[in-house]
Amino acid sequence: MIIRYLLRRLFLLSFVFVAATCFTFSLNYFYPGDLLTNFSGIQQIDDAQRQTLAASMGLEQSVVQQYILYVQRLVAGNWGLSFATQQPVIGEVQTVLPATLELAAYALLVSLVIGIPLGLLAAIKHESWFERTVSTLSSIGYSLPVFWWALLLIMLFSLHWGLLPTSGRLSVLYEIPQVTGFMLLDILLAPVPYQTEALRDAIRHLALPTLILATYPTTVMIRFVRDSMLEVLAQNYVKTARAKGLSRSQVLYHHGLRNALLPVTHQVGLQFSTLITLAMMTEVIFSWPGIGQWLISSIYQRNFTAIQAGVLVISSVVVAVNMFTEILHTLLNPLARKDA
Amino acid sequence: MKNWLLGATSIALAGLLAGCNPPELSSTTVDGIVYCAEGSPEVFNPQLVTSGTTIDAISQHLYDRLIDIDPASGRLVPSLASQWTVSDDGLTYRFTLRNSVAFHHTSYFKPSRFLNATDVEFTFNRVLDKSNPFHFVATEYPYFASVGWQSLVAKVTAVDPEHVEFVLNQPDSSFLSTLATDFSAILSAEYAQQLQQQKQEPKLDELPVGTGPFKFREYQKDVLIRYYQHEDYWRKAVKPQQLVIDIVPDNTKRLAKLLTHECDVAPIPRMAELSMLSHSTDFHIDEQTAMNVGYWAFNTQKPPFNDSRVRRALAHAINRQNILQAVYFGQAVAAQSVLPPNSWAYNDKVQAPAYDPETAKELLAAAGYPKGFSMDIWAMPVQRNYNPNAQKMAELIQADLAQVGIRARIISYEWNTFRRKLKDFEHDSVLIGWSADNADPDNFFRPLFSCAAAQSGSNRANWCDPTFDQFISNAVLTTQMEQRRSFYLAAQQYLIEQMPLLPIAHSKRFLVHGQNIEGIETNPYGGINFARAEKRP
Repeated sequence: MIIRYLLRRLFLLSFVFVAATCFTFSLNYFYPGDLLTNFSGIQQIDDAQRQTLAASMGLEQSVVQQYILYVQRLVAGNWGLSFATQQPVIGEVQTVLPATLELAAYALLVSLVIGIPLGLLAAIKHESWFERTVSTLSSIGYSLPVFWWALLLIMLFSLHWGLLPTSGRLSVLYEIPQVTGFMLLDILLAPVPYQTEALRDAIRHLALPTLILATYPTTVMIRFVRDSMLEVLAQNYVKTARAKGLSRSQVLYHHGLRNALLPVTHQVGLQFSTLITLAMMTEVIFSWPGIGQWLISSIYQRNFTAIQAGVLVISSVVVAVNMFTEILHTLLNPLARKDA
Repeated sequence: MKNWLLGATSIALAGLLAGCNPPELSSTTVDGIVYCAEGSPEVFNPQLVTSGTTIDAISQHLYDRLIDIDPASGRLVPSLASQWTVSDDGLTYRFTLRNSVAFHHTSYFKPSRFLNATDVEFTFNRVLDKSNPFHFVATEYPYFASVGWQSLVAKVTAVDPEHVEFVLNQPDSSFLSTLATDFSAILSAEYAQQLQQQKQEPKLDELPVGTGPFKFREYQKDVLIRYYQHEDYWRKAVKPQQLVIDIVPDNTKRLAKLLTHECDVAPIPRMAELSMLSHSTDFHIDEQTAMNVGYWAFNTQKPPFNDSRVRRALAHAINRQNILQAVYFGQAVAAQSVLPPNSWAYNDKVQAPAYDPETAKELLAAAGYPKGFSMDIWAMPVQRNYNPNAQKMAELIQADLAQVGIRARIISYEWNTFRRKLKDFEHDSVLIGWSADNADPDNFFRPLFSCAAAQSGSNRANWCDPTFDQFISNAVLTTQMEQRRSFYLAAQQYLIEQMPLLPIAHSKRFLVHGQNIEGIETNPYGGINFARAEKRP
């Protein structure tokens, strides 16, 4: 049963992948300029090269054949050269993607760590001053435009108090070789004498962007957890458990929490695409060298190969995360498991 | 999205910055200087570029030249060449090289010997000799093309390991200045040979090896360039362990990083931001009159501008003081001649026409236009150091001209179209300017006023005057400094009389650094030197 469910999800995933690649493949025909250049990213193609390239891309064959070759190239990791740097795009993605994932992961973590307890507390202390404060704050946080909020915090924390740096992942004087692409991990792996110092510096660089990126998902999480908990507490089985003599905390822990938190896994997946969009803005404001900033500057430079790669990678990551949380949700939730 | 986001960021930050005087962020124990630059370099070899951003980022740090320009006096001083002689006919230049000059020892190249004459020979033959295996690795050598290197230099030969000889086709007294520019950086022949064996020729321009105070460590496009100290530098020991060029294209972000001391040094071109920084005791602003001129050129082949009285009348009609205040915010000097005052050939007796609408009207009447006429003013669409806002300047000029009865229309096109149309001389008059590449006064005259330049299109006044051409060609044929100077003095006098263009201003260049940074050397002709820079704790 569960195997069939997973296969069905996998099939859906591959369908999304086909749709995305069809889209990026057709972009090559819509972009202005030479088709070969759009596909390969090579700016100056001489005649000999032109022939071998055209043959390897099957340009004389049907469009379907070309598409198959295109997908084969994608799978083989041959994503063409960046128009701007003439370096393989896949290498650039490997440097920028971890930066975004790192930022998004910490923001998500913060939103879970802060959002879930606050939401639960707000539900338990229903209609108290505490709930009202939390609700008001989360409404404000929910409606703050991210770029304005970011500038406000930069002004206070960086320019006014001088506590935190305004941009980047690490002070440029520290030289940390890229191994995993995740800054904190890379610092721990780097054989440098200034490890602790660099670590502190990296965390200070992370603080503001994480805080800003976490604002929106935290408020969503608070509201969602609160509502879900309130709903669970109103259920008959909770009332029954109380009536049978279980203490309030026992009911909350054994019956309330698990049922209230189940939909949260699902919610994380749904929030992820918003998170990535917000991450792009945060990256631009903080000059964070992630995939969002990279994609936006590629659009600006009409760097077609990079745009394709960026679109494919971001959509794949979003879909994959969605799929993963959905599967997780199904595995954790007996009701959903039964439906599957 | 990026546009509005950046716009919003800039406006908001600029507003927010104004009220702040932030405390310093805790500094690191890693020794190094951070220079925040406005853009990424195109390549790492100055032979291939003319863009100021690239030159600032690479030239002075990685390379040395045969001779240098002393920033204080503007005179040529020995660098890699300890001395040089010029033959009596002015055709043969012989340089004696310094001993024990070490090339960079990097992860990709281990030099086995010191600098010798073959390195110099290779460097210049790469540009000159089409059979050189590296010549066609690059598509063009723009600076060398602009000084006519191919027709000027007959050959470059290494006489013996210590001596190198340049033979010219005709005498040219600006030749030494060309060798002193940032473009004439000396490369390593041994490194080139190694690359050739590895069939990696393009690497010559990507992974640099030079003799300069810093050696290349890493480059991440649009992020940073990291240089390490060159331990065996032939001059005095280099002070910073590292030099990091942090690439921050956005002006406001650069300012913010300067305020939080994430940057130690940064160029700040915008006047409004400068005035804000000047109130802070935390920063030092280095200002320097750059070797440039912003001017208003008249198309001297079109009536009524073919009459020098009309051109002089227009010059008298303009309130330049007003322009200096409104367009340059007082951060420029009024130009009297096309040459900036810090040039050795500057004629301090020359005065540009003073603001005097009455004289202008008289001159117009004398030329047969008592009621004035209609004309076009072309305003360049981009910002340059020498003219930060041509549109505004055109509006001011338009108002001034109306006072003397001239009806002016302001015209602008997209920058490429603008330059193409200028080259075809479709304009009546144009607001544009010129930045010099070297200290030689010739760089202001031949490209701007010669008959040859009128043909190639860089002479925006379309002005061809045999008397003037005689002055400037005589000046480059003589090697006698005093004689040259007298030719240039006369040329400047003649220009003010003929007025093919009205010089408006020489703008300044600004570099801001924290008070705790010492020993930065800037040069009006080129890049910044950090070899002696030090950060106080």
